[in-house]
Amino acid sequence: MSTIEERVKKIIIEQLGVKEEEVKPEASFENDLGADSLDTVELVMALEEEFETEIPDEEAEKIKTVQSAIDYVNNNSDD
Amino acid sequence: MQNFENKVALVTGASRGIGKAIAETLASQGAKVVGTATSDKGAAAISEYLGSKGRGLALDVTDSENLPQIIKDIEKECGSIDILVNNAGITRDNLMMRMKDDEWDAVLNTNLSAVFKVCKTVVRGMMKRRYGRIINISSVVGTTGNPGQVNYCAAKAGLVGFSKAMAKEVAARGITVNCVAPGFIDTDMTKSLNDEQKHAIFDNIPASRLGEPAEIAAAVAFLASDGAAYITGETIHVNGGMAMV
Repeated sequence: MSTIEERVKKIIIEQLGVKEEEVKPEASFENDLGADSLDTVELVMALEEEFETEIPDEEAEKIKTVQSAIDYVNNNSDD
Repeated sequence: MQNFENKVALVTGASRGIGKAIAETLASQGAKVVGTATSDKGAAAISEYLGSKGRGLALDVTDSENLPQIIKDIEKECGSIDILVNNAGITRDNLMMRMKDDEWDAVLNTNLSAVFKVCKTVVRGMMKRRYGRIINISSVVGTTGNPGQVNYCAAKAGLVGFSKAMAKEVAARGITVNCVAPGFIDTDMTKSLNDEQKHAIFDNIPASRLGEPAEIAAAVAFLASDGAAYITGETIHVNGGMAMV
């Protein structure tokens, strides 16, 4: 079983089509990883699916960097 | 004739009139159709005319709280929605000077706000699959205006702007968002017009007749087809020449 961090990073790589080495904790989806705002919405949808959860809009808007995505899942996941 | 085999369509307000014609047309061309009505009786009527090609569903489109779960249940049962037709609409006509807040609110809620809510829910699955057809039923009076209908005209014009903005947001995901704007169509909604109103309208329709619900459904079926993949943010006017825009 991969860690939450590995699973989140894998989704980011798949969704945004970026290389593993680009997915640094502080990397911003829109500023560093070439995502537009809709890509970020889709990324959150993919996270919801992977972790079988629903991320409320007001929380989703705060997920802007690799670390913030990992933190959100860590803080809101049972596994 | 389009081929909608293996496509799932959701048509709101499908118990009669234009919505019924749209549901029947999509079903006859191979789609699995879920048609909504506000009452259980209406939903039963839809199930009856669709037969094995789909079913009716009692749904209050303004119920934003329960909408996501209801859509999720439909998709679990019937498959992901490929074609969404927002057709449900009401009128509460009154002169602007006499219009009550609740008449304004009811029409804006059902005819415009509900479309936003249904689209927001349904588009998630379309985004994932990189495919979707959204067709919003506007009206000629959204373009021309009509006395006694400031609420209805505002909502129907609002749908055109909504569709254009949404079309730009989701175009890169293979989803198109268009409007069909009917003129005066032979339905219960236009049957309530008095003779004087009808004559005044006929004088302005070069085709000098009312349109048939099936003639609206044909335009919807075209926009829902694979052949219309490059048309988005557009409004097709189906009005017998009454307004050429």
